[in-house]
Amino acid sequence: MMAKKNFEKALVDLENIVQRLDENDLSLDEALSLFEEGIKLSRFCSQKLDSVEKKVEILLKDDEGNLQKEPFENNAT
Amino acid sequence: MGTTSIFSVTELTQQIKETLEISYSNLWVEGEISNMKVPSSGHFYFTLKDKNSQIRAVMFRHKNKSLRFTPEDGIKVICKCRINVYEPRGEYQLLIERITPKGIGDLQIAFEQLKKKLEKEGLFDDERKKKIPFLPEKIAVITSPTGAAVKDILNIITRRFPKMAIIIIPVKVQGKEASLEIEDALNTANTYVKADVIILGRGGGSIEDLWPFNEERVARAIFNSNIPVISAVGHETDFTIADFVADLRAPTPSAAAELVVKEKEKLEKQIIQQTSQLKRLLLQILDKNRMQAKHCQCLLGNKLKKLSDLKLKIDDCNFQLTHAINNRVSLKRAEVKSAERIVLSSPPSNIIKNKRQKLEHLTKNISGHFLALKKNKNASLQTCMARLNSLSPLHTLERGFSITTLLPALKTIKDSSLLKKGGRIKIKFAKGSADCKVVEIKN
Repeated sequence: MMAKKNFEKALVDLENIVQRLDENDLSLDEALSLFEEGIKLSRFCSQKLDSVEKKVEILLKDDEGNLQKEPFENNAT
Repeated sequence: MGTTSIFSVTELTQQIKETLEISYSNLWVEGEISNMKVPSSGHFYFTLKDKNSQIRAVMFRHKNKSLRFTPEDGIKVICKCRINVYEPRGEYQLLIERITPKGIGDLQIAFEQLKKKLEKEGLFDDERKKKIPFLPEKIAVITSPTGAAVKDILNIITRRFPKMAIIIIPVKVQGKEASLEIEDALNTANTYVKADVIILGRGGGSIEDLWPFNEERVARAIFNSNIPVISAVGHETDFTIADFVADLRAPTPSAAAELVVKEKEKLEKQIIQQTSQLKRLLLQILDKNRMQAKHCQCLLGNKLKKLSDLKLKIDDCNFQLTHAINNRVSLKRAEVKSAERIVLSSPPSNIIKNKRQKLEHLTKNISGHFLALKKNKNASLQTCMARLNSLSPLHTLERGFSITTLLPALKTIKDSSLLKKGGRIKIKFAKGSADCKVVEIKN
């Protein structure tokens, strides 16, 4: 839950940083550290988007009633 | 039977019971329910009435359990029933087999009733609804694995976000067992699958088809889910109880898929856009700072130049100043020298001459004064001497007087008693003196 929340928060933070940089009242040091943070957030977001590497599965019960995951073929595509 | 036969109460009651129960063993009665009561036995007791008459009715628990709605006062119903005569009281009543609401369907009534009940309990409250995660990593889809809904959902999710993790929990979505399976699947999604969000849905159908989604156990299972549930039942116009309890209602399964998964491409675009703007802004800031620095450097350069100019000027002034002072000093020195020379070579000045004259004058004055003073003093001296002369005893002596003094003391004797016979005395005369011896004393 935390990681997903972080994606949304990271995206919002990134947007806020961009807005801050646009405000023009920053010292160079502040701007640089904001930029650094923004790049980190951007990288985090991209990684988060690419980290989802899973497939579609179906949950089935075997003969003993235990739950098992199996690949689900979506023949509609 | 004889001409006149007398019945016992029981006999009569039995005959009435037989007659009535045989004649009215299977009938349909239409009326309005009133005075509805459900004692702890669970049987329904109520009165069926119309404008002019009423008749008591009972529906036993094992029959009413399968009712999909709860009979309420004022509902117009058609009942399948038979007459029963209750002998101990001599009363007759209807034993109800089945109740069907008149006009609207029983399902509609059941729907309204459950909706009212759950709403009152707070199952639909907005503040109880969970937030749908912005970017779920695992989605549980509870639906029929063979229906159109699952295909729609999968197509849309994989189109928007390839490689999203989806777990399908297969359930029957219509029929008697459906609600139990759905309840079970919701629990599994919470405990076993641990999805981030659940889509619960099915395609369109009749109200009977959609009925499992109107059942209380499904509603409560949705409510109790710790994972946000998106309901997606039937078409846009179909509303089920599940829709009201769910954390988010999607009009269709496809819509649910769109609501739950953002387009990856759009997100990526957003990130790229933000990032490039971030870079652009930083470059802007750097440029601005660089320009400022250059400007400052320039200003500083000017100031430095001015500073060295000033230094030169100060040096120059210093030189000129020294020069001027030296000049002046030697000038003055020359003046002094020439003055000295003049002073040394020339006769005494007027001042000396003056002073000398004054001195001479004073000296002259002083001797004048001195002479006057001397003359004056001389005169007073002469006077004093004259006076002194006049007083001198010598004058007296010259006139014949003499002075007798006692010897050896030379004390002037003015009384003869001071003399002793044979004593010596000295007598001074105007000219010379004589030492004498006293011979005789006469007083």
